This record gives sequence, C-alpha cells and structure tokens, in this order.
Amino acid sequence: MTPELKKDRPLSAGHLLGLEGMPAEEITHILDTAEALKEILERPIKKVPTLRGITVVNLFFEASTRTRISFELAEKRLSADLINFTKVGSSVQKGETLLDTARNIEAMRVEVVVIRHQSPGAPVFLAQRLESVVINAGDGAHEHPTQGLLDLLTLREKFGQIQGLKVAIIGDIAHSRVAMSNIFGLKALRAEVMLCAPPTLIPRGVESLGVKVCHQVDDAIAWADALNVLRLQLERHQAAFLPSLREYYMTYGITLKRLEKAKRKPVILHPGPINRGVEIESAVADSGASVILDQVTNGVAVRMAVLVLLSAPEVMG
Amino acid sequence: MEPIKLPKKLCLKNARLLDPALGLDVKGELAIENGLIVAVKPGSGSSAGWDLQGAIVCPGFFDLHVHLREPGDEDAETIRSGQEAAAAGGFTAVAAMPNTNPPLDHAGIVRWVIERAAGFPVAVYPIAAITRERKGEELTEMVELREAGAIAFSDDGAFVPSAGIMRRALEYSQLTGAPIISHAEDPSLSLGGAMHEGEVSTRLGLPGIPRISEDVATVRDLMLAEYTGGRLHLAHVSTAASLSALAAARSRGVQATGEATPHHLILTDAAVIGYDTATKMKPPLREESDRLSLWEGLKNGIITAIATDHAPHPFEDKEVPYDEAAFGAIGLETAVALIWDRGVQKSLISPADMVRLFCHGPRSIVGLPIPSIAEGSPAELTLFHPDESWEVDAAKFFSKSVNSPFRGWKLVGRPWGIIRGSRWVGRVKPAF
Repeated sequence: MTPELKKDRPLSAGHLLGLEGMPAEEITHILDTAEALKEILERPIKKVPTLRGITVVNLFFEASTRTRISFELAEKRLSADLINFTKVGSSVQKGETLLDTARNIEAMRVEVVVIRHQSPGAPVFLAQRLESVVINAGDGAHEHPTQGLLDLLTLREKFGQIQGLKVAIIGDIAHSRVAMSNIFGLKALRAEVMLCAPPTLIPRGVESLGVKVCHQVDDAIAWADALNVLRLQLERHQAAFLPSLREYYMTYGITLKRLEKAKRKPVILHPGPINRGVEIESAVADSGASVILDQVTNGVAVRMAVLVLLSAPEVMG
Repeated sequence: MEPIKLPKKLCLKNARLLDPALGLDVKGELAIENGLIVAVKPGSGSSAGWDLQGAIVCPGFFDLHVHLREPGDEDAETIRSGQEAAAAGGFTAVAAMPNTNPPLDHAGIVRWVIERAAGFPVAVYPIAAITRERKGEELTEMVELREAGAIAFSDDGAFVPSAGIMRRALEYSQLTGAPIISHAEDPSLSLGGAMHEGEVSTRLGLPGIPRISEDVATVRDLMLAEYTGGRLHLAHVSTAASLSALAAARSRGVQATGEATPHHLILTDAAVIGYDTATKMKPPLREESDRLSLWEGLKNGIITAIATDHAPHPFEDKEVPYDEAAFGAIGLETAVALIWDRGVQKSLISPADMVRLFCHGPRSIVGLPIPSIAEGSPAELTLFHPDESWEVDAAKFFSKSVNSPFRGWKLVGRPWGIIRGSRWVGRVKPAF
C-alpha cells in the first residue's frame, strides 16, 4: 500500500526549478510527503506502483554520483520507467545543443525530465520549451532544490521544526547552488541564516536575501544550531579566490578543536562529496553530531515526494 | 525593402516639422524638389502631396554604434539587411563597427564596405579598428583609413588592454581628427561574467560583470585622453560612476564624449530574470540607480548621443543556456519608438532633445555634417508618427536577427521611414 498522500495537491509551478518563491505551505507539503514515503524505504520490498507508466529521463550533463543515484533510486522505488543520459558518450559530445536534446526528448513522449546542467537556468530553458515536467537536479551556481529540501527535512527531523532555527552555511557560497536553495528554503520556513566565508566567496548583494554574513568561522559556530558545511567547488574556481587549501583549512576548516573551543555541539550537515581535511575534519564528519548520512537517506525520500507530487498519474490527469 | 523614387516635386503635408537647430516645432508642410528642400511653411495650404496625418518630420537620425556583421557573419546581418533595419527604424545613416571577419583594419576593407553600402539610401560610415586584427598590439594605419572613409577608430567588443597602446592611439589619431571610441571594460574584472554583478546575478546563479570592470577602464581612458589631448568617445556608458567620471573630465576640458543605449536607458538587470538571452549584452543591464543616472546624463548634456549598439546574432547563438549565449541585442528598429514612448512621453526629455540625441549629437561626435530641414538643404529626413500604437514583433523585423529584449512590448510612436535625396525607403508605403 502506498502511504496516504495528498496527490490532489500538486506543486503550483508544475515544475521544480528552484525554491525561490516557493510558498512555505508547499515546501512543508513536500517535506510531509517525503516523511510519509520514508516508510517505504524501510520495507523488505522497497517498491510501490505509484509512477507505473510514467517515464522519467535523467539528463546529467555534469558529473554527479549521489544526486543521480538518489534520483534513480527514487524513480525505481516508485516504479517509474527511467532512462539515464550522461554527457559522456552522448550526442552532446558530437555538438548537439540543449535545444535539440530537449526536442528529441519531447518527441519520445517523456513525462518527467530531471536535469543537472552546468549552466544556471538550464532547467528554466527546458521548462519554457517542453511539455514535460522539469525537475532541477542542480544548475550551475543557481539552485539545487532537492538538496535544499532534503537539508530541510533532515533539520526538521533533528530539531522538530525549522522556524527560529539558526543555520550557518559555511564555505564556498559564491559557487554554491546548495547555498542558494538552502537560503530560499530556510527563509521561507522562517529560520535564521548566516553565511560564513572569506570575502572572495561571498556573492555580491546576498545580504538582500535577508541573511547575515560573517567572515570568522568561530563566530558562526558560536551562533548556530546547525552548520551546513559546503564543499569547496574547486573545479569552478577560474580565478584566484583563495591563496591555498591549506590556509582555507586553517581559517575555515570545521575541526573538533574548534567545536570544543566554542563549547557547542551544532548539528553538522554536508551536501557531499566531502573533501576531508579541506572544509571538514574526518573526526567531525564521522562524529555523532554529523547527520550527513541521514541527508543521503532523506534525499531519496524527498526526490520520491517531488516526483509523486509533480507527476503521479492522478496529478497529471 | 526597396527604395522608392520621389516624384520630381513632393509636398509632405499635415506634418509636424521639428528641427531644434532651427528652433522649429510647428504643424506645417515641407516641399522637396529634386532632392532639395524647397519650401518649409506652417499650416496647410497645398492640396496635392503626401498627407502625413501628423507624423513628425525631422532631420535624419544617425546611429553611431551599429554592428552590420558583414563581412564574415552574414547569417546574423548583412550591410543591406542592416540598412533596411535602419530605414525601418528611422535612421538615415549608421556607423558600422569594425569587429567583422576580417575586421575593418585596412583601407581596402573600409572602401569595400562603403562600396557595398552605396546604392541604398541609408549611408554607412565605417569605423576602423584601433589596432591590427583588434588584438590591442599594433596601431592600424589610421591616416590611410581616415582617407578611405573611416569616421572614427574603435576595437569595440574588446578593450585595448594596454594603456601604453591606448595612449599612442589617442596621440596618433590626432593626425586624423577622428575620435577613438572606447569599449571600456577591464577583462580581468569581467572575465567569465554573463550579467551585471549584484543581487539579481546572485539569485540567478549567473557569474557577474561588476560595474568596476567598466569604471576602472573608463577612468583610465579619460586620464589618457586628458594627458594626450586626444579625442575620446565612450561607447555604451552604463554606470553612474562612469558617467560622473565623464562629467568631471568634460568639466576639466578633456575632449571626451559619451553615448547611451536605449536598453541601458530602459531596462535593468531585473530583465534577466527568466533567463531571456536577448537581455545578455556588454556592458550588461545595470541597476535602477544607474539607469536613472543615464537619463540625468542626457538631460544635463553629459551624454550627447543615443546609439543602439545594434548587435545581431543568429538564432543558434542565442537559443542556448544564458551563460553560453552570445553578447548583444539588436536595436535599430525599436530605438526611436522606445525613446519616444519611455522618454518623451514620460517627460524625461523633450521632443527636441530626442532629435538632438539621435541627429545632432552623434554627428557632432564624429564631425559629420548635420542635416537640416531649412529651405535649400538636401533632403535627409526621418519620419515617425508619434501616436501610432504597435507591438514589437520579431517576425516583422527587417534585421536578419531577432535578439531584441523588447519583443512583445507595446509602444506608442513608430518610425515610418526616411527620405534621403530623392528617394523614400521605409516600413510604410508612401501615399504619393
């Protein structure tokens, strides 16, 4: 049996392109749905027929392990038919444009497109041109809404509610879609958000989103209930943002020593993959305060929830 | 679009005659005979002629900043399609930027462009490159280029990265009397950017092009102009700080001028929300404070020209994700209507200001003779109707490209076309 779902209340946008502008009730509805669906993941036979007959294509133009596997797992648990597309070995390497890729998908009558792309706005580009439901699995430095949602679910499980929670996002904010989706989601649910990074990694104008900005990691630790530690997006650094990883670890690395000095035990989140010894010490990542593996489990549940709410046959009519 | 020969004698009646150089703004009639204006009079007396139904007749508009793409990128625009777009937009003349392939860095190519443009009523004045192949390394043969017909020098699309080369350009070009047009952009500050850096770029996750990439380059070039005594024109000024720097330099007597584009005067970076690649250009659309300062600049005479930076790109260079799209927007066919609707109608500038900014200002910058509607002058006229309502429809552009950020806009005021010499060319079929 599928848990009781309110499938008659699909998401108003019809796509999941980002968390910016999503009403708090819709975010909460996704989290509630994900919570209900988590039960399936504990069963001996982890499969329900909810998306039978629905075809999902996972378009991954950019390297991804956990997000892609998490989506695949969510689709399989819901009995969707799925097609995987990765850039390597595809016609994109032969010069096919996103527009033509999109038109080909359209011609194949696919109901749902999950897209990971290096260009900010690529999911919007597809949504403007396709009849299919589009789910953003990460677009450049823009948004990664399912990551934002799974972080919210993890925090809600840990703290009971999001409202009033103090969350510090630490690290490479300027190149992070995870930071953006977290900011929009947390602000919608009325948490307090602090961004902590060297000035070179704080994007321009971010204060206008209603967040605090600080540059001293000890201040962030002293303030926060939870730390969301971001990976340094080393592959995106075209110019010199940091003198060295060594100095970054010295000034921003989340270490046991720092946490002990602050006499606080904030909950530690990390979207992965972890660069141990760069932004976080192994002893912290593997400690009892870390909910990093809960995030992974919740990732599957959140993606199932989004797929159901956007594309279950009842929803799609 | 084919030019139409005027009757030997033609009276334009029921017109609004507007020429700020003559202090003229009256309802009246204008008669043309053999390509010359032979009579200008208020009121209505003639029975025969072309009834303009209140359309404005003014000295011909000149767009100082246009990319015609030929030779090299004829799928985006050709000299002819650009001339047609200009005529449809009410311009009797345009200045063609040299970033073609090959670039306009030799006298032969400059002459080729002029020859290629001859025969159609819209005059095309080439701007030659400052440096060979626009690489920023060696000066072009400016004296010969000037003799071949170049009216100015610019590496537009690229900044001249070496201050030393720019200094020599501002010195050497004094032999020609033609200005150096600067594309002020420090690439070390703008590299990789796709839009204005600020709150919107952060929200959209797009890499930013900060104001300072323009401002430090503007200030450098103004200081070089001051030191050398050269003539500097700043293309597409987009920031409040660059405008202030220009104002300060002009007040010190530096020979510097500036232009603003309709898109920077009307849009802000908020237009990028939704990722329409037609909003991607350099300099990028800035913020409201910058936009408002540009109107101030027009009003107080710091900016003396409106130029479109008409930059056509083929469909496939724009129908891609935003960060991959080419920079540039077309503007020839919307500029006059936009400035009328969003500037004059909103009382930001007067009708006479608009004519000065499209006709007198840009020609003064490059030292071209200024057309007049005084009796005895050669006919070089722009006709536009101030009350015609229309919707910007890309399918109806005469340009070969459609990359306009104003598609779908509803505007009041629309160009009809132009008269140059004894020919009419325009969007509207004349009734004579």
